[in-house]
Amino acid sequence: MEILSVKGVNKRFGGLKALDDVNLSIEQGHVHAIIGPNGAGKSTLLNCFVGRLIPDTGSVTFLGKDLIGAKPHEINQAGVSRVFQTPEIFGDLTLQENVMIPTLAKRDGAFTMNAWARVDGQGEIRDKAMHMLEDVGLVDKKDMTADSLSRGDKRRLELAMCLVQDPKLLLLDEPTAGMSRADTNNTIDLLKRIGERGITKIVIEHDMHVVFSLASKISVLAQGTVIAEGQPEDIKGDPRVQEAYLGGAHV
Amino acid sequence: MMTKNSPRSDLLMLVLFSAAILTMPIWLAPVGAGYPDLLQKFAIFGLFALGFNLLFGLTGYLSFGHAAFLGIGSYAAVWSFKLLGMNPLPALLFSVVFSSLFAVAIGYISLRRSGIYFSILTLAFAQMSYNLAYSVLTPITNGETGLRVLQSDPRLFDSSSEASGPLISNLFGIEMTGYSGFYFCAVLLIVGFYISQRIFRSPFGMMLRAVKSNQNRMSYTGLNTRPYTLTAFVISGMFAGVAGSLLAVTDPLAGAERMQWTASGEVVLMTILGGAGTLLGPILGAGLIKYFENIFSAYNEQTLHAIFSFLPDFMEGPVVSLASLFVGEGWHLTLGLLFMVIVIFLPGGIMEGFNRITKMFRRKSSRVGKGTGHSHFPASANAAE
Ligand SMILES: Nc1ncnc2c1ncn2[C@@H]1O[C@H](COP(=O)(O)OP(=O)(O)OP(=O)(O)O)[C@@H](O)[C@H]1O
Ligand SMILES: [Mg+2]
Repeated sequence: MEILSVKGVNKRFGGLKALDDVNLSIEQGHVHAIIGPNGAGKSTLLNCFVGRLIPDTGSVTFLGKDLIGAKPHEINQAGVSRVFQTPEIFGDLTLQENVMIPTLAKRDGAFTMNAWARVDGQGEIRDKAMHMLEDVGLVDKKDMTADSLSRGDKRRLELAMCLVQDPKLLLLDEPTAGMSRADTNNTIDLLKRIGERGITKIVIEHDMHVVFSLASKISVLAQGTVIAEGQPEDIKGDPRVQEAYLGGAHV
Repeated sequence: MMTKNSPRSDLLMLVLFSAAILTMPIWLAPVGAGYPDLLQKFAIFGLFALGFNLLFGLTGYLSFGHAAFLGIGSYAAVWSFKLLGMNPLPALLFSVVFSSLFAVAIGYISLRRSGIYFSILTLAFAQMSYNLAYSVLTPITNGETGLRVLQSDPRLFDSSSEASGPLISNLFGIEMTGYSGFYFCAVLLIVGFYISQRIFRSPFGMMLRAVKSNQNRMSYTGLNTRPYTLTAFVISGMFAGVAGSLLAVTDPLAGAERMQWTASGEVVLMTILGGAGTLLGPILGAGLIKYFENIFSAYNEQTLHAIFSFLPDFMEGPVVSLASLFVGEGWHLTLGLLFMVIVIFLPGGIMEGFNRITKMFRRKSSRVGKGTGHSHFPASANAAE
């Protein structure tokens, strides 16, 4: 079944055509990788999915719901979470609070005036958050402020914040950038494990090791257009892909 | 930043706070601040700063127009006196209703912007209110003279008491001046502190701190930031309204100058001086500023001459004229200096200073503990903390 459908999406920045008639179809339960050289428009494409950017033309439909023009919080409440290329976390708050906030957002919706209860009385929410922190290996640091984490840890924290919401669709913009090999492998394992929960994922990655160990389908984006699409084995040998990646390197 | 807060430690904090506030007439007497007029100011401006901190300290939105709500609270209270009589309870109710109505309107518009633009918008609204109170709204505000209660006013529930003399607010026979006035304000300050404490510890309060930290993350996490900031704005506007009401309760008149931008600026100073985002800081800041205002503005040339009379004549003159810049009307200069010192050396305000001191003591005592063999941890375990 199709969970996300992208049809004819265009986006211009001044004279630059960042997205040029992009069509994508994401299948439920799959891991779909988007690869492509720097500046290909990968992050811009994700921005069109979560309400950060509105495409000039085209449509984005998530489970039959039109996402164009929807507010970011509405899109999240519908079941789409995103890990950003530069970590977006609550830097002044503790790790525990960082994970409790999305958990509360999932339970209580976009706004609740819960001003008389105590945060430390929310046992269920806290347990859920702690489990999640355990899953990403950050539970020992739960009382640290998020700003003091390393870049790799911030990324894992952000991942935990998304996962704790049990999203239907998870968008990952370079989830392992800035991580050591060991942490990268841990993250792959974690992502595989949550794959078993049936969360559909779109992964942007430069690290081919990550792409090939996770993805069941790959789309290659270059200069704003999808130039190839298919199974990992097919993409590996596709001459157009080699061209897009290596073409610039020969200059 | 925030250490472990349990319901018990919070209760203890509330009890100690209440005790400290209620005994202020005793422990502030030795420093010359134990008299009712000043004590009332401490409580009222403490409440004002407490509410301001719920907005600025938690969400980071710096309102530069909060004095508007102070003024609205005062006008509403005086109107309640005029129409319903001198009981402070309906006056408080009136002030809460009107200040929150205005806060909804002003907040709804101002919160469409953030950062400096938000501050400018709130400032503009406050200045507009100030100018309106002086001009077209004269029928309601009585313009420059200020609004006061007259013997000829209807005062619905007071009509039986035909007492002449100055009209003083009274709570079922207790006159709201002097110490009883202070205790009335003090009780409201304690209630305000309790509300503020609940908000700080609640999921709602955590969301407000999230607003300050990263609004982007908040919306991509499924939270609508606008109603959170607006609710915080309205609550803090209500606190200001109650503070304004208390100003009128302890002295039944209201003037437009209460809404001037200097008054808005003062509450910003109080909060930052004490420590924005902390529970107690704003109240300390308010107390300190009101205390200094009282002390320093009371000095004049003569008192200075008396103080520096030990100096030889040729020095006394210049020293006195230099010092006189900082006292009386010029006490704001002292305030400015104090503010600079705090912001440069203790950006977290007085509360940060306290925290540093307690940390120093804790480190010392843990070292002592190790010396006597209580601790079996290797030194590195503590150093890593
Ligand atoms: N908000 C914006 N305003 C103007 N230009 C933009 C904006 N966002 C992206 N661009 C431009 O659009 C192009 C695509 O950028 P995008 O960030 O989507 O690339 P990417 O594929 O994610 O690259 P990378 O692998 O480096 O992250 C780039 O040339 C970029 O400079
Ligand atoms: Mg990118």
